[in-house]
Parts: sequence; structure tokens; C-alpha cells
Amino acid sequence: MMLKVENVTKSFGGLMAVFDVNLELGYTPITGLVGPNGSGKTTLFHLITGFYSLDGGRVYFSGKEISGLSPYVISRMGVVRTFQQSRVLPFLSARENLLSAVPGQKGEQLASLFFKPRRVRREEKQNRDRADEVLELIRLAPLADALSGRLSYGQQKLLELGRVLMAGPKMILLDEPTAGINPTLIRRLVDVLKTLTLQGVQIFLIEHNMPLVVELCDQVFVMDSGNLIFSGSPAEAMRDPGVIEAYLGKADHAA
Amino acid sequence: MDYLLHTIIVALVYTVFALSLNLELGYTGLYNFGHVAFFAIGAYASALLSLAGVPVFLGMLVGVTLAGMAGALLAVPALRLTGDYFGVATLAFGEMMRLFFLNERWLTKGPMGLPGIPRPLGIHAGVSGLPLYLLLAGFLALAAFFTVYRITHSPFGRALKVVREDEFVAQALGKNVFSLKLRVVAVGSLLAGLAGALYGHYITYISPSDFTLNETILVLLCVVLGGRGTQWGPVLGAFLIIFFQEFLRFLPIPVDFGRVVAPIQGMVYGAVLIMLMLKRPAGLLPEYKV
Ligand SMILES: Nc1ncnc2c1ncn2[C@@H]1O[C@H](COP(=O)(O)OP(=O)(O)OP(=O)(O)O)[C@@H](O)[C@H]1O
Ligand SMILES: [Mg+2]
Repeated sequence: MMLKVENVTKSFGGLMAVFDVNLELGYTPITGLVGPNGSGKTTLFHLITGFYSLDGGRVYFSGKEISGLSPYVISRMGVVRTFQQSRVLPFLSARENLLSAVPGQKGEQLASLFFKPRRVRREEKQNRDRADEVLELIRLAPLADALSGRLSYGQQKLLELGRVLMAGPKMILLDEPTAGINPTLIRRLVDVLKTLTLQGVQIFLIEHNMPLVVELCDQVFVMDSGNLIFSGSPAEAMRDPGVIEAYLGKADHAA
Repeated sequence: MDYLLHTIIVALVYTVFALSLNLELGYTGLYNFGHVAFFAIGAYASALLSLAGVPVFLGMLVGVTLAGMAGALLAVPALRLTGDYFGVATLAFGEMMRLFFLNERWLTKGPMGLPGIPRPLGIHAGVSGLPLYLLLAGFLALAAFFTVYRITHSPFGRALKVVREDEFVAQALGKNVFSLKLRVVAVGSLLAGLAGALYGHYITYISPSDFTLNETILVLLCVVLGGRGTQWGPVLGAFLIIFFQEFLRFLPIPVDFGRVVAPIQGMVYGAVLIMLMLKRPAGLLPEYKV
């Protein structure tokens, strides 16, 4: 079992954002997490990655408990996330954005800068080559030196994905990577995701675009008002009365 | 001529001071309003030791080390505070240190200050020592410049900028934000201590009134005017501000008026700083073109 979420609960004031959620991710390449707006998906990601503290429950990653650990420790264990709103580092170049994600850089230790400069330079050179490969993959190579804040929204989302790639993760948690970007870029992003799974990276994906979920995911979890209401294949989810009601119920209110 | 040498030496001292603040303010986005405290610790520790007969360079070394350690000690609790409260905590620390130097007379002679601080290498205390002291200051400023360059133009410097731009992203990328900040404050304080020691041995007389909020504002101004987050910005800022300040002394200001000038100067610098932050936040040498 790679990821195990056990009785996880989180409330904000009186609002139960996530209530007693249990879920397990085996070795499925891509797992989806869907649900209406405000159903607690992002909150669940925050809880798994340590950005929010749990009110109750535990989280395990490849057998080790990760609940209670700092976000950076969880990230270093190989669980790397993106944010729902694109969060590039606007005043760093696209390439620097990628380079900053490489874990365990010798050059981030002050002593090495002064006592092992050659080793630091060599490592940096390797990382730059790798960054250039990733830039090719996400097709931002011509914009390598542009300030990332200047990229289009879709390009920023791709860059964020590239950054996660550079982190060399075991599992990535993507919060609506395709939201607000055009179909061409979505295809590019999907290609990158598929490449990633081929490299053995597991993907946990929040996604509103149902056809895409059906295309990509082998397994899907559905949340509604903080509760996990379904787990199974995407096709089953589309037929599940509870899931349909969760979505249509909301639609009725809206209408 | 002597006056020019004097001005350059002071500008070099402020260059080191501004370079050290820039590490925190420019690269990491930490607003340290008590930076003068580390300048003061370097100056006092080195002065006291050399007055007690310790070789000057050894005294400077101890002063610099103490300043760095004090920085780390302050940072551990202060960095637990978020955002603006770090600024408040450092501001309070700066004032606390000034009061310490003012009140612990057994050690610092309080408001009387410490006269007769020796210069290193047997450099003469009077005007005749200026050229040699300029060489020494130039050498140490260069060393500080390259140290800072090595630190900022590296993966470490890049990580600092990640922290500055988005702490959440930094954490998501596995950066230990606290550790990065702690290390940068320690190094920044250490270099501020070097600037202070260099200042004390040059001026040969220090007292608590040399280390007030005014000096913090002055060095902030150097960094912000020159261009924060850049290698040359603090250097340019320090030279511009110090030369401007010394130039003011030559203006034919009546003596009576002179007494009000000092406080007015502080106000003017404060106002200029605010104007700059609003109108030209990136300074004369911006880090990036927008
Ligand atoms: N920091 C917070 N403070 C207070 N309430 C919050 C906080 N974060 C989330 N919530 C609330 O918790 C609920 C779940 O929010 P969450 O962002 O997890 O939903 P979501 O499923 O990601 O929705 P969307 O599809 O719109 O992104 C919402 O009602 C939201 O308003
Ligand atoms: Mg969300």
C-alpha cells in the first residue's frame, strides 16, 4: 500500500471540511479524486502533505506514518504536491523554478559552497542539464530564461508540473492541473503525466474534467461535503446513484 | 584629500554592513529592523578585547563570531513569529542591545563610551593612518563582497529566493524554510559584526549613541536605494548615501541650526526610504526588469 488515509478528519469552526475519510492507494498509476466544489478535496491534499494539521486520523506513506510531519519532510520522503492556484516563483526564471526543486542539493549547504566548490559546480551542471530536458518535455525550452511570472497561465501550470518532476517524487498530488488552460496545453500536460507514470511515478489527481478522469484514471474516489462517498473505477462512478445525486443535487440547487 | 579617504573608509564599512543586510532583506525577504545590534556587538566586543590587550585581529575575530552567534540566538525565537512580527522582534532586540551597552557600565562604560580603541597592524590612530586603514577596509570589504557573492550565486541563494517568493512552495519542494532563514540571519549578523569591528577600530571611539535605529535606517536605505537582491546594489547604495551624508557637512549651515539638523536628517532619511519603497521598490539597480 503506497498511501493510506485512515479516519482523517478536519473541521474549520463548525464546518466539517473532511470527515472520517478512509482511503488507500495501491500501485495504481493514476488515481482520481473528484467531487463538487467545496467537498473537501483540496483540504484532503493539504492534510496528506502536512500543510494542515489533522483533527483526527492518520496518514501513512509506503508503510510509514507521515501525519504530524512537516510539509518539507513529507516532500523529501517523495510525496510532492502542486497547488490549486498556479504558484510559480514569479521573479525566478523558468529554469530557476525547475532547479529550485531538486532535492538534497549540496549547494544548499553553506560549508560545501566554500569547501567543495567543484563538487557544487559539477552537481549544478548536471541539474541544469536535467532542467533543460524537462523544459524540452514540457516544451518551454525557448522560454527557459524568461521570468516565470511572465508566462501564460497554462505555461505556468506546465512549469509547476515540471518542477514537481524535478523533485524526483515517488507520488505526486496534483490539484486541478488542467483548470483554466486551453485544450492544446491540456494535451501536452496529459502527455507529461503519461510519461511520468511510465517512469513509475504514482499520480493522485484532483480533476473536474470527467472525460479526462475516465481517460487517465484507473481508480477514482468521490467526495461530497467532506465525506468519501465512492471508490471504484471511473466508469462505475459515472453510474453510481450516490455520485450522480451528489452532482445533480447541487445542480438542482443552482438551478 | 584626507577627507576623501575618510569618506571612502566609512563607505566601505557601510558597504559591508549593507551587503550583510541584503542577504536577509534582499534575498530572503526578512525585514530585520535591529540589524545595527550585530554591528554594535562586533564593534564593542572587538574594541573591549583589544583594549584589554588582546591582538586586534583576534579581537575582531571574536567580535565577528559573537555577532553571528547572537544573530542565530535571536533568530531561533524570532523566526517562529510570522511576517511583520519578525520585524517587531528584531526592532526590539536592536533597542535592547543599545540599552545593554548604555547600562552595563562595568563593561562598556555606558554613555561615556570607549575611547582609544587601537587600530590593527600598528596603523596610526591619526590622519596619517588613513591610507593603510583604507587598504585594510578595502581588503575586508572585498572579502565580504566575494563571500556574499559565493553564497547568493549558488543553489543556497536560489533557495533563499524561493523562500522569499513563496514559503508554501518552498515547503512543498522540500526546503526547510526555518533552517534556511536561520543560517542566513547567522551569516548576515556575522558580516554586520565585521562591519562594526571595522568601524570601531577605525573611529577609535564608540559609544551607545553610534548604534541607534538611525543607523539601521541608514543601512536599510543603502540596500533599498541601491537595489535589494542584487550584488552591486548595496555597494552603490552605501557609497551614494555616505558620500551624500559627508557632503551635507560642507554646506554652510549655521551652527545653531546645526543642532536641529541631526534629528531632521533622521526624519528625511526615513521619508526618503518610504518614498523609495513606494515609488521605486527595486532601487537603482533592479534585480529584474519588469
Ligand atoms: N483554511 C480554511 N479555513 C476555513 N474554511 C476552509 C479552509 N479551507 C477550506 N475551507 C472550507 O472547507 C470546505 C472544503 O474546501 P476545499 O477547498 O477542500 O474544497 P474542494 O473540494 O477543493 O473544492 P473546489 O473543487 O472548489 O476546489 C469548503 O467549504 C471551504 O470553504
Ligand atoms: Mg480545491
